[in-house]
Amino acid sequence: MFEEIGTTAEGDLLINVGPQHPATHGVLHLVLTLNGEIIKKVEPHLGYIHRSIEKMCESLSYRQFIYVTSRMDYLSAHINNHACALVVEKGLQVEVPLRAQYIRVIMDELTRIASHELWWSAMSMDLGAFTPYFLAFREREKINEIMEETCGARLTMNYMVPGGVMAEPHPDFQKKVKAFVADFKKTLHEYDELITGNIIFQNRMKGVGYLSPEDAISYGCTGPVARASGVKSDIRKIAPYDVYDKVEFDEIIETGGDCFTRYQVRIKEMSQSIRIIEQLIDNIPDGDFQAKTKAVLKLPKGEFYQRVETARGELGVYIVSEGAAQPYRIKFRSPGFSNLSALDHMVRGYKIGDFIAIMGTLDLVIPDIDR
Amino acid sequence: MTNEEIKIKITEILPAATFDETGEWLNVFVEASAFRSFMEQIRSDKDLDLDYMFCLTCVDWKTHLTMVYHLSSTNTRHCVVVKVKLDRDKPEIETVCDIWRTAELHEREVFEMFGVNFLHHPDLRLLILPDDFIGYPLRKDFEDPINMIKL
Repeated sequence: MFEEIGTTAEGDLLINVGPQHPATHGVLHLVLTLNGEIIKKVEPHLGYIHRSIEKMCESLSYRQFIYVTSRMDYLSAHINNHACALVVEKGLQVEVPLRAQYIRVIMDELTRIASHELWWSAMSMDLGAFTPYFLAFREREKINEIMEETCGARLTMNYMVPGGVMAEPHPDFQKKVKAFVADFKKTLHEYDELITGNIIFQNRMKGVGYLSPEDAISYGCTGPVARASGVKSDIRKIAPYDVYDKVEFDEIIETGGDCFTRYQVRIKEMSQSIRIIEQLIDNIPDGDFQAKTKAVLKLPKGEFYQRVETARGELGVYIVSEGAAQPYRIKFRSPGFSNLSALDHMVRGYKIGDFIAIMGTLDLVIPDIDR
Repeated sequence: MTNEEIKIKITEILPAATFDETGEWLNVFVEASAFRSFMEQIRSDKDLDLDYMFCLTCVDWKTHLTMVYHLSSTNTRHCVVVKVKLDRDKPEIETVCDIWRTAELHEREVFEMFGVNFLHHPDLRLLILPDDFIGYPLRKDFEDPINMIKL
């Protein structure tokens, strides 16, 4: 797991973390420069799960390329699909039926809760607590069941298409989501009781991995990482898409900037997602679930950019179109890639034990970084 | 700031800059020679205050390459897109990774995928591709005899 690979001229130790390491939750390869226990430098080596999704998309049609994007940040598959559907709709100037918009936003928020739950369980496990894993997966399983019924898949859903959603939600959808929301509100406090107040946990998290607001902006950090440093970065508030401008929710802003603050932001975001779902689930309007679009979609010549808020931060989809049925160039600005660039800055001067805590609170998903 | 105000401000900084307003945001075209000082000035300008770079990429137009920088202000939320045309045979541009730190990894990605040489970049090495890789995968004329992607 930790493998010594040599020493530098100054006598510092070079250590491999990954590409196979339980705390990276994927194939991330980092080379640490250590002076004793103190970290002097971290260098990421990417590409172990690089599939060249951007190049692949250049040969796929506007209906096909959405399916590839579920494989980027697989914990925010719905939100990735949502971004792609929105950018195509922006290009074609399609009006999406209100029913589809409601379903999309509910799905987005369910995805966000499921993603944060997985982060919470995995990060706690990295720090040595095993029980949270089962606790969070108990709730996450309910979301996965809702997804499976409606979308036919548990992880890579591909439910959102240009113009709306692929099919009507399952007849039990509303009932099950409401049951989940009621359950989740009762159990969310267990998360705090189990971990947040734990003195060992707090000692490992508080004051570790400080990121100042200026650095957060300069490194392009978004999502809970930036919000924990006091930077307003929620795209749902900055540039609302679908029905986000009609729902009430708070953007969680904390100013601590350390690991514990990033932890708190995500825990609080889960209850905000519940708040959004509660406002929408009873009011899903009747109507079509998909706008009428042509069989072959052709975006007009030009450039289109769509930003959405995934569970990790800002995802940007940049399409350059030449008027053909395939995009000329696609760029995915993934939140993980930018958040990773701040890792080196954040861990310098801390001990190797803190490194796992810092990386855990960045919530890195490796396919999202490599693409 | 509105697009008109941004245009006036940018024209003050660099009179040679040209604009395109057909897209969602204001596009600014800059020559590679004036690029570095232009970026420094729009970053430090109090009104423009473009402190957040949310996207950095490159587009291969077969005859030339275009660098695309998406910039935004975290205070006033206006966005500006800066574009620089580069020679395809010898693409060279000054780095901006000391102005916006996020550019460091993004520039390394563009370097390996498009072959753009970022002058004065502190650590310009392959990031994603294996060390012995030859070619620039995201260029339009890239052919991969082993794998399946063909345009």
